[in-house]
Amino acid sequence: MQQSNAYIITFSVILTVILGLLLSGTSQVLGPLQREAEALDKKKQILGAVISGDEISAMSPEEVNAFYTSHIAATVVDINGQQVTERDGAAVTAENVDIAKNYKMPAEDRLYPVFIYHAEGNPDAVESYILPLYGAGLWDAIWGYIALDTDMNTVGGITLAHAGETPGLGARITEAGVQQRYVGKEIFDESGALVAVEMQKGEGKDYSSDPHKVDGMSGATITGNGVNAMLKAYLGHYSAFIESKKSSQAVAAAF
Amino acid sequence: MSTETVEKAIEKKPAEALFSKRRKKLITDPLVDDNPITIQVLGICSALAVTTQMKPTLVMAISVIFVIVMSNLVISIMRNTIPTRVRIIVQLAVVATLVTLVSEVLRAFAYDMYKELSVFVGLIITNCIVMGRLEAFALGNKPYDSVLDGFGSALGYSWIILTVAFFRELWGSGSVFGIPVFEYISGIFGPDFKLATNGLMVSPVGAFIILGLIIWVQRTKTGYVEH
Repeated sequence: MQQSNAYIITFSVILTVILGLLLSGTSQVLGPLQREAEALDKKKQILGAVISGDEISAMSPEEVNAFYTSHIAATVVDINGQQVTERDGAAVTAENVDIAKNYKMPAEDRLYPVFIYHAEGNPDAVESYILPLYGAGLWDAIWGYIALDTDMNTVGGITLAHAGETPGLGARITEAGVQQRYVGKEIFDESGALVAVEMQKGEGKDYSSDPHKVDGMSGATITGNGVNAMLKAYLGHYSAFIESKKSSQAVAAAF
Repeated sequence: MSTETVEKAIEKKPAEALFSKRRKKLITDPLVDDNPITIQVLGICSALAVTTQMKPTLVMAISVIFVIVMSNLVISIMRNTIPTRVRIIVQLAVVATLVTLVSEVLRAFAYDMYKELSVFVGLIITNCIVMGRLEAFALGNKPYDSVLDGFGSALGYSWIILTVAFFRELWGSGSVFGIPVFEYISGIFGPDFKLATNGLMVSPVGAFIILGLIIWVQRTKTGYVEH
């Protein structure tokens, strides 16, 4: 049966409106739950830089929240390492800083959250500083968190995540085995210059003697390059903060 | 008087049983004889991609069942009003809406699964089985039959990807649903005994091999030959 154009157009409009309402309705209803799930996931990623993934996945959502509250203190700094508590009249908290949005701004204007991992309930007994990372992979954004030990040089751990890297290749940055390669590496060379940690091309070589190199991912060199660029850029942005922590420790050591 | 006879005539026409022989065939046919993956070789892409572990595979299977059944139902209800010239777009709109719903629900209630399945939930839209069933069946059949047909096809897809995932996870990671089976078995035979896992099974190549074996076994049994 051949329908008139008017019928086809009316049908399409009605269908579009109904489907549109259905989708926006679902989005409205599920929105709060999704934001909660995302906030929890962010906490898991932050914690993932300092404790193992198995431990985190064994925790219930409430336990993750409780552990986070009792072990993580947070602050926000600017490019000069100065603490920021307020911007444009609104209070700034580390959890609410959107790294992806900040990434679009010039590096000098960005807010840089620092998550401080400390002994349970004691914010002064700092164990490591967790810094967020953000950059570009092969297809889409990649991000993560790197934990620096209190010497501000040794990598305590890293979590990496991605929006759309190739499964089985670039997407492997989320695997514990790949992230484990960064543990114990150093970001400064002997002269004190920032060299970060570089993922190499190719896979299966042993870089345990080189503190600035980690084994690569076969078939995912561009994602690896993205991770390298991201690490170098963000450790650079945080360098003022890192230096200030280093010098305050030097002072403490001198006493 | 005359109206009465008409009514009687309608009453006399026996209703088809809820699960008549024909309807049972709608469900059972796609399981083996007309399986979407092993016979029609549709939906291979996701069958390779999500089957490294049982858990995401199960979520994927449930999502696909939901999408196929619901889209078959909706399209079948609308089949007499859908303008033929834009029917593909209408089907696509309905399927895309359903897939987005699944994706949103996963994002709210199973965020880890949502992350793990990532693009593959969205790619159900392009799963040939879904559109195939809409074009071939739902457009020309009543809602209930269409639901059964969709359910059958989805089950045919599901059991294959679950079987592939079972062997890939067992041989590739030594576990089933995350339970370390290989460790338990090794434990029985003492500390020196260790079952090795095969890295090949974790890569997509492993899925091809398992799928090939399943198709081989199945075609040997049914005697199916490609024409």
